[in-house]
Amino acid sequence: MDRRQFLKNTTAALTVAGAGVGPWLSAQAQAGPIKIGLLAPLTGVVASGGKEMVEGVQFYLDQVKSEMGGRKVELVIEDDASNPDTALQKARRLVEQGNCHMLIGNLLANTGLAVANYVKGTGTPYFIPIIAADDLTQRQRIKNVIRVAGYSASEFTHPLGDWALKQGYKKIATISQDYTFGHEQCGGLVQVFTEGGGEIVQQFWHPLNTADFSPYLGQIADLKVDAIFAMETGADATRFIQQYSSFGLKAKTPLLAAMNGTDQSVIRTLGEECEGIMSPAHFAEGSDNPVTQKFAREYEAKYGKIPSLYGFSMYSGVMWIDAALKKMGGKVEDREAFIDTVLKTELDGSPLGKAVKLDAYGNPIYDVYIRKVVKRADGKFWNVPVTTYPNVSQFWKYDPETYLKQPPYSRNFQGIKKA
Amino acid sequence: MTMPLTPTPSRVAGMTGRAALIAAIIVVAAAALPLALSNYQVGLATEVLIFGILAMSIDILAGFAGRTSLGHGAIFGVSTYVVVYATTHGGLPPAVAFAAGVLAATVVAAIFGLLAVRTSGVYFLLLTLALGMIVWGICLRWTQVTGGENGMRGDVRPAVLLTNSAFYWAVLASAAVVAFAMWRFVRSPFGLTLRGIRDSESRMRSLGYNVPLHLFIGFTVSGFFAGVAGALYAMFNNFVSPSTVALAQSVEGVLMMIAGGVGTLFGAFVGAAAIIALENVVSAYTERWQMVLGITFILIMIFAPEGIVGKLRATLTRKVR
Repeated sequence: MDRRQFLKNTTAALTVAGAGVGPWLSAQAQAGPIKIGLLAPLTGVVASGGKEMVEGVQFYLDQVKSEMGGRKVELVIEDDASNPDTALQKARRLVEQGNCHMLIGNLLANTGLAVANYVKGTGTPYFIPIIAADDLTQRQRIKNVIRVAGYSASEFTHPLGDWALKQGYKKIATISQDYTFGHEQCGGLVQVFTEGGGEIVQQFWHPLNTADFSPYLGQIADLKVDAIFAMETGADATRFIQQYSSFGLKAKTPLLAAMNGTDQSVIRTLGEECEGIMSPAHFAEGSDNPVTQKFAREYEAKYGKIPSLYGFSMYSGVMWIDAALKKMGGKVEDREAFIDTVLKTELDGSPLGKAVKLDAYGNPIYDVYIRKVVKRADGKFWNVPVTTYPNVSQFWKYDPETYLKQPPYSRNFQGIKKA
Repeated sequence: MTMPLTPTPSRVAGMTGRAALIAAIIVVAAAALPLALSNYQVGLATEVLIFGILAMSIDILAGFAGRTSLGHGAIFGVSTYVVVYATTHGGLPPAVAFAAGVLAATVVAAIFGLLAVRTSGVYFLLLTLALGMIVWGICLRWTQVTGGENGMRGDVRPAVLLTNSAFYWAVLASAAVVAFAMWRFVRSPFGLTLRGIRDSESRMRSLGYNVPLHLFIGFTVSGFFAGVAGALYAMFNNFVSPSTVALAQSVEGVLMMIAGGVGTLFGAFVGAAAIIALENVVSAYTERWQMVLGITFILIMIFAPEGIVGKLRATLTRKVR
């Protein structure tokens, strides 16, 4: 290496190390584009969801002609391979080599948690419209990790527990994938349901990628419960719903699902067996809200499928960032101000068709729909709202401070009220 | 194997003067890397060193005892888990956590060794694979302790090593010491007995060597070094999840060793560098990078089955002659 090259490299390294130190540096960088690093699982077990995440982001950027807050946007997409170690490495690349102003994305909680732990050290703004791990906006909150347009796992199952009580259900059995996302979603329902006088007869936890649900379904059939709550994602959800139907349980016991269980990514491939399943969510593609309808129609026209949670969340997440950047004239280099602005930004114009704001912990407050899967005129199935719970935060009706004193939901702690 | 074992007068710590000089030059050149590389590339170089140690520890068994282990990823990962757990939940200082991690890995390796040393060939491969899967299963399902699928996070790396360059130098220093120790180990009289076992187990037995005991010790020592790599990895990532102990980790270590050259020991670093560089360069262009990686392995196996370093060494020797 000659001396000149050495100097060049050293300067480059120093620039990276000292980025944001000298005001002249940020002034100089201001002229360039806003760089957004998108992390999505394009390979691995959840690759199909990852592709829809990218679609959601690109759909929005196309609409705004890749311009936010008066500046061009450069999108850098990296594959996290559904693996936390890879996600971490790619996040490093986006921040340290790609000089991205912010990161957005990730699907699996473990990838999101790994990246969140990394940006805690770098201070890079990191947006997680899909990662639902409760504690990222609760007990282990990191200020620069913001759940724009996302939801915390137990946020929607709290109202579902309340809704179940109102239906007059007395006994419920839950079945869930045995990992944190499942523990948290179940915990939300179970806590509200038991505190309201309901009884959880039994909870089943099965490993991810369970092919045969018959041992569980057989036991559930014997329990004589009023309803079943299922927390399933991806292929497990497809298989569970099919087997629940072919076991003849569909005719006898109503099925309540976590929102991901009846997400378009699942029911797109299903037929009659998914009809009538109830689930709670902030987004219902079958809502009659004109803004939601317009989004669903345009998305379907462009990508040939009804938008799923992944497409919707990423689309709205980027829209949220855009709204914040507009307010501050695109000055993304000022991280502190950027994060504060995002936290204060109230998003209207999202496909939800109503304004959404974040709570003091960086998690959105939504009007939560209780949705029912119904058949559309063209034979496809989608989720249509039945009732609405307005202004639901991740803390439901609990006082945040008191709520945070209880342990996070896990297999051992489901918030079951002792009778 | 490759180097003559006859003693020559000018030896530095068991190396010939020339070998010591080459080693010193390589270490100095490696130490100068952070001055030339970007911050991110320094991170990658750190990863290369860590995985190089892992691949080298596998090479002790594969190259010198004729036993290819598919359980070393798990041993490596146990150390990572223990270090992260000890610092975040146990509140132990990094140095103590590091020692605990290496110790845990050594213990796990000893248990693996007890069960696996009486087998060889494909049975050894399968047994170590199964043992590794057990560790993975425990890490995945013992949610209260390991954090299950989500793993554990925390600030494991000591504050003085916070920058990429500082940490790189620390890892480089450890890698140099550990690599030298491994090199000495395989060339020690004990290491020679391992080679003897590789070449003919029955002859070693009839010469009066306790073959299972030697393999057991070899396995445990190899596990110790894998544990060092795992503990460094904990400090590198500040994070651990079941993918760190998964089969893919073991396989990656074995592939790095094979790509570098089985039995070349230092080829491990070359293999690690090749694979990590390839992963990063190719994945920037296509999401089908794993396919490219697969094809590269096939090509290496066809044209250089002895690995990159093995091939180079063979070519050089031929030229000299």
